[in-house]
Amino acid sequence: MMHDNVDAVVSWTSTNIVPQLLGGLSWVLIMSLAAPVQATPEILAAVDPPTADHSQFEQLQRDFANGREVTRACLDCHTEAGKQVRASIHWRWEYRHPQTGQLLGKQHVVNSFCNNVTTNLGRCTACHAGYGWDGPDFDFSDDSRVDCLVCHDTTGTYEKAPKRAGRVLQEPVKVHGHPLQPPDLGKVARNVGPTSSETCGSCHFFGGGGNGSKHGDLDTSLLDPPPALDVHMSDAGAGLECSDCHVERAHQIAGSRYQVAAHDRKGTGAPGQRRYAATCASCHGVEPHALGSDPAALYQGAKLNAHVDRIACQTCHIPAMARGGVATKTWWDWSKAGRLDADGNPIKRHDADGNLTYWTRWGEIEWGEDLEPDYRWFDGTMHYTLPDQTIDSSQPVPINRFAGNHDDPDARIWPFKMMRGKQPYDPVKDRLVYMQLFGKTEQAYWQGLEWQPAIASAMEAAGLPFSGEVGFTETRMAWPITHMVAPAEEALACGDCHAREGRMAELTGFYLPGRDSDPRLDRWAQLALGAALLAIGVHIGLRILFHRRRRHAE
Amino acid sequence: MTRTVVMFTGLERLWHWSQALLIILLLLTGFEVHGSYSLLGFGTAATLHVLAALALIVVWIFAVFWHLATGEWRQYAPTTRGLAAVVRFYLYGMFRGESHPFNPRPKRKHNPLQAASYLLFGVVISPLLWITGLLYLGIDLWLAPAGLPLAPVALIHVAAAYGAALFLLVHVYMITTGRTPTTHLKTMITGREESDEAARQPSQAVPSQARRGL
Repeated sequence: MMHDNVDAVVSWTSTNIVPQLLGGLSWVLIMSLAAPVQATPEILAAVDPPTADHSQFEQLQRDFANGREVTRACLDCHTEAGKQVRASIHWRWEYRHPQTGQLLGKQHVVNSFCNNVTTNLGRCTACHAGYGWDGPDFDFSDDSRVDCLVCHDTTGTYEKAPKRAGRVLQEPVKVHGHPLQPPDLGKVARNVGPTSSETCGSCHFFGGGGNGSKHGDLDTSLLDPPPALDVHMSDAGAGLECSDCHVERAHQIAGSRYQVAAHDRKGTGAPGQRRYAATCASCHGVEPHALGSDPAALYQGAKLNAHVDRIACQTCHIPAMARGGVATKTWWDWSKAGRLDADGNPIKRHDADGNLTYWTRWGEIEWGEDLEPDYRWFDGTMHYTLPDQTIDSSQPVPINRFAGNHDDPDARIWPFKMMRGKQPYDPVKDRLVYMQLFGKTEQAYWQGLEWQPAIASAMEAAGLPFSGEVGFTETRMAWPITHMVAPAEEALACGDCHAREGRMAELTGFYLPGRDSDPRLDRWAQLALGAALLAIGVHIGLRILFHRRRRHAE
Repeated sequence: MTRTVVMFTGLERLWHWSQALLIILLLLTGFEVHGSYSLLGFGTAATLHVLAALALIVVWIFAVFWHLATGEWRQYAPTTRGLAAVVRFYLYGMFRGESHPFNPRPKRKHNPLQAASYLLFGVVISPLLWITGLLYLGIDLWLAPAGLPLAPVALIHVAAAYGAALFLLVHVYMITTGRTPTTHLKTMITGREESDEAARQPSQAVPSQARRGL
């Protein structure tokens, strides 16, 4: 699970291609292979063995009744860890956007899956890195409520209760047919270690209502992926864990979907510098393609590097989403929820692969695998449509939106999963709404199957106005795709985009060779060529005709 | 009365045929890059296009030097003398079996129409292609990305390429209009041509003279 054989190869390439191309020209001149060969030193990333063996710590030689007792033991030595975690988005679920000023984070945004966290706490906060956030009175300043183990467990046995606000599982349960056992907290505590794709994935693979549901590029297929699925995370590839890219600083993890580093111009940074960035460029540099030693490979490497300023790495190197055999949701229609069968019982339907396509509690769901992403110019700054903003329900409402175009040097073309669906809104105030799905009260939609009380209770809890009317509006939500990077040879080919009906077909405002043209120019030029051919044909005909006549006369 | 003369030296033929192959390759790959059809795949087409273009620039550098050094550039000096007779021949005379009014000789190899079309290709179409081509190549590789927009550069390049294709089409057809359909082709391959002393003057063209070809 950890870095057994990490030998991440980082290639370093020259920054100046002009002399390289002149080199190519000189090859043509003297018709010999004269282009200089790039030196590509291999850098072997070593993994530090830990300096502490937690199984020998006195504080941990005991049984623990609950998670908070473990945390208190951790804090004995790691005196600053609680404060650090409490300052992080993993704890606050809140994010003040530095560019837009919007107050975002799971506490505040609406999404197009289970909509919102507010009033659904006990269920949603099963994935909170803490213990017991089940109401507005949760004490965010209490270090002992921080859950160290959910990220630092190495045993794979640390189970949280699915609906108890992040508390540790206390008795055996079955979840979707899988039996879960309460963990031996002492054993888990004595075996803590670095985070892993297992610990990160225990939450991030399951967002949006289940494995792979939300992102399209994050699911359990990444736990042991073949290189073709993820060349970085595969043990047969680089063997990386999430944290190798998502580096941390005082428990703040690099990599954000609210402010995406859409165009990293810094690259690897100075030699020896450890950059706080999860970008491709932070390892691969800003000229990642090797310049080959023959003119063709030299040109191709230089040309690919010249794409980096306009095309995100992900666009070519993630040829499709949900490639690991786990489907992702593409459509969620809440307006169809609430139907019962003839006997008044809830309805559950699955597709041939076992994906839930209808559930009384959820409505109608569509799934997809091996999906071609949508491509958009993206400047990295995500704006959200929050329930205090007016929407235009006559067209699909963008849950999040972003700017970017060809002329914006900060923007690049990125791949997106465009989640679509229908969700409740307030048709009088023209606003998106929060809704209470989870809970023991009758207001909760999953109890009473009535939208009006479910929305009224959630809006009241959030202190927002609600007209009492419920409508459904189509929405879409953009998820930038950045995981499931394929090996280089399986990246998109030039012609996938440089084509009349290629992957860039929807993007406008720039000239793309192979796609664009001036139709008038093509029409007139082809007319001229056609006329020339016709004239030639007539000329040949006349030559033959008169030649025969002359011979006949002779 | 005929005699064999060397019309094209080895160097001229090497220049002509290397240029011909490169231009055909450039047209084939170029129109694939333009999206007109799919043959080799965009990446291969674009790479071949750039390499062939660089090679052609080298060929041209040699050719320009050769033309200037030898004075052969005068072959393309435009003239209207005899132009009307040549046009009349292609539109009328050749159907009647007349001899070509222009008799090529090493000092003046091209008839007035031919010289004018080669001049058009050499000083208009080609320079347009390689100037816009170098800009096209350079915009993304070493010119500032926000500087020159690609669209006008690309469209002029494409327009000139259509011009080159038109030239090639007509040129290839005109090859077949010699005394036999393959006379000109043979001359361009072997360099030798049978010079017809008797037909030097257009007025001496003899319609009844037996013609072996079309």
